[in-house]
Amino acid sequence: MTTYLIRRTLESIPVIIGVSILVFMLLRLIPGDPAIAILGERATPENVAAIRERLGLNKPLPEQYMIWVSGLLRGDLGNTVRGNIPIVNELRARFPATVELSLVAMTLAAVIGVPLGIISAVRRNSIIDTSTMFGALLGVSIPIFVLGLLLIYLFGVQLKWLPFIGRLDSGIKLETRTGLFVVDSILTGNWDALKNALIHLILPAMTLFTVPLAIIARITRSSMLEVLNQDYIRTARAKGLGERPVVVTHALRNALLPIITIIGLQLGTLLSGAVLTETIYAWPGIGKWLYDSIIARDYPIVQSVTLVIALIYVIINFVVDILYALVDPRIRVA
Amino acid sequence: MSTVAHLNKTSNKSRRYTALDARIDALRDVMYRLGKNPSARIGGFLAITLTTIALAVAVFDAYDPVRDNNLSARYQPPDCIVGWLGSQLSGERQSLGEITCDYPFGADKNGRDIMRRVGHGMSVSISVGFFVVAISLTIGTTVGLVAGFLGGWVESVLMRTIDVILAFPSLLLAIALVTVAGASLTNGMIAIAITQIPTFARLTRSMAISIRNTEYVTAARSVGAGGFTIMRNHVLPNSLAPLIVQSTLMLGTAVITTAALGFLGLGQQPPHPELGKMLAESQPALASGKWWVMLFPGLAIVLIVLGFNLLGDALRDALDPRLRGTN
Repeated sequence: MTTYLIRRTLESIPVIIGVSILVFMLLRLIPGDPAIAILGERATPENVAAIRERLGLNKPLPEQYMIWVSGLLRGDLGNTVRGNIPIVNELRARFPATVELSLVAMTLAAVIGVPLGIISAVRRNSIIDTSTMFGALLGVSIPIFVLGLLLIYLFGVQLKWLPFIGRLDSGIKLETRTGLFVVDSILTGNWDALKNALIHLILPAMTLFTVPLAIIARITRSSMLEVLNQDYIRTARAKGLGERPVVVTHALRNALLPIITIIGLQLGTLLSGAVLTETIYAWPGIGKWLYDSIIARDYPIVQSVTLVIALIYVIINFVVDILYALVDPRIRVA
Repeated sequence: MSTVAHLNKTSNKSRRYTALDARIDALRDVMYRLGKNPSARIGGFLAITLTTIALAVAVFDAYDPVRDNNLSARYQPPDCIVGWLGSQLSGERQSLGEITCDYPFGADKNGRDIMRRVGHGMSVSISVGFFVVAISLTIGTTVGLVAGFLGGWVESVLMRTIDVILAFPSLLLAIALVTVAGASLTNGMIAIAITQIPTFARLTRSMAISIRNTEYVTAARSVGAGGFTIMRNHVLPNSLAPLIVQSTLMLGTAVITTAALGFLGLGQQPPHPELGKMLAESQPALASGKWWVMLFPGLAIVLIVLGFNLLGDALRDALDPRLRGTN
């Protein structure tokens, strides 16, 4: 296992370097002068010179890269163009909102998707199976923003059941400790805030979780079906084992591998799906921040958010591979 | 007609059963399986109908988005369609010919005809989808073939590059690329194509690797066939089925991503119609209950994507013998 861990760690290094080079080049690939792109055509030469100086665009490329990377290693992502605030501070303030939303969406997707997939596989071609599979197909075919607008119209505008803007009503005060409002309100015993935070989570989470839910249900079903056709399942049944132990201990355990993978991969995709969901629901996380920064042409923020999400994605892939090896010893040797 | 029946028919004509006959039979077999599959029928119907409409709109309807405005028709609701649906439900059964309307799908904030704009938006989405698939299929397959067949350092360099692209969630990479390249439909298309290259590259590479060690490739080599000939005659035809399936499914992804970029203001620029952009513009109107501004463009995207996804799933079942019976 140690050998595998070391090998897998070494394999991620070139990918991380590649990611950092690509993200670094983003700002430099802007056609024309990035400083003018940021400030607009009517910028004075003095301002352009000042921005070039601040972003370090005057130095040769390899030197710029080294400065940027050494900053990253010290946890310095540079400053925003507007306001000249350290990007790291802003990121720290917004990241918990995205984490909270993604975790809620992912948990719901896994908790609902895996059992649905198992039932569909066991009761193949039943009504549950057919409707789950059609629902799953619909789930991957409806874009996040169409679903989001539909839910806002139905539950927000027409029925007026649920709020669809932000994380908390403006009147509610909450002392933040972790930045995860659900956790914070429990820690401080603020039940009004807890209730309010939870109802604000419903629509965004429902919007964000459909794609992972659909994919998890489909993968679980096909993975279970494959395992249920194996000889050892027939053996287990032949020796008189009940349906429940066959499905849970024999089949599910062996079908788990693709399910773990897809849950891991979807978590990364969720983070980018958050760009759309957060924009629709004015959810103050990094996705909305990325969108606002694109509009404001604050490229250093775009660069930093892209880098952070890509790094999280790489780390998740890494963890998934390690989990894989833990569950299935064959992978360590292969 | 069953497989066995048409195999017999071919062998009855007293001539040699050639490779071409085998391919025709395989194609017939696939078509037969597709015909039996209801999702293939629905998906095929949706995909063909919507693509035809999109083509017809693009060819026959000269649309000038700047001149399409009629402020007196601002936010006009799709009354006639609603009325017609109501009459169907109440049993009066108005025929579609009896109703006349200026704006069947209603009008938007500038009094623009939503039906026309949805039509043009669909042709944008579908044509971008096809271009994206064409670009990423061509580049991805080439990269995969070269990497899988040459191996060595070429493979390492190519596949590490692919790994870097894969390290980004695809929507995020497309957003980042378009942000720096400048928001436009063409840039969006290229950016989405880049993010989809890895899928094809990895698929083709794994096919190439599994095929390069087979006996018939060794045989082909021993009679003097070069790398290019082997790739063209052996690797590519064998990779065709998964590539077709992947391309169909990717059409759906490309349509969604194009609309997502448009929604974020990074795709087609106004006033040109694009489904994602139309949806973004509909959000403010939604709060005052103007559902039609959102519903029709949204429905158009869902139907296009659903069509290609259904077709892709059905093609996978029909083309991939290993999956037969599991789904």
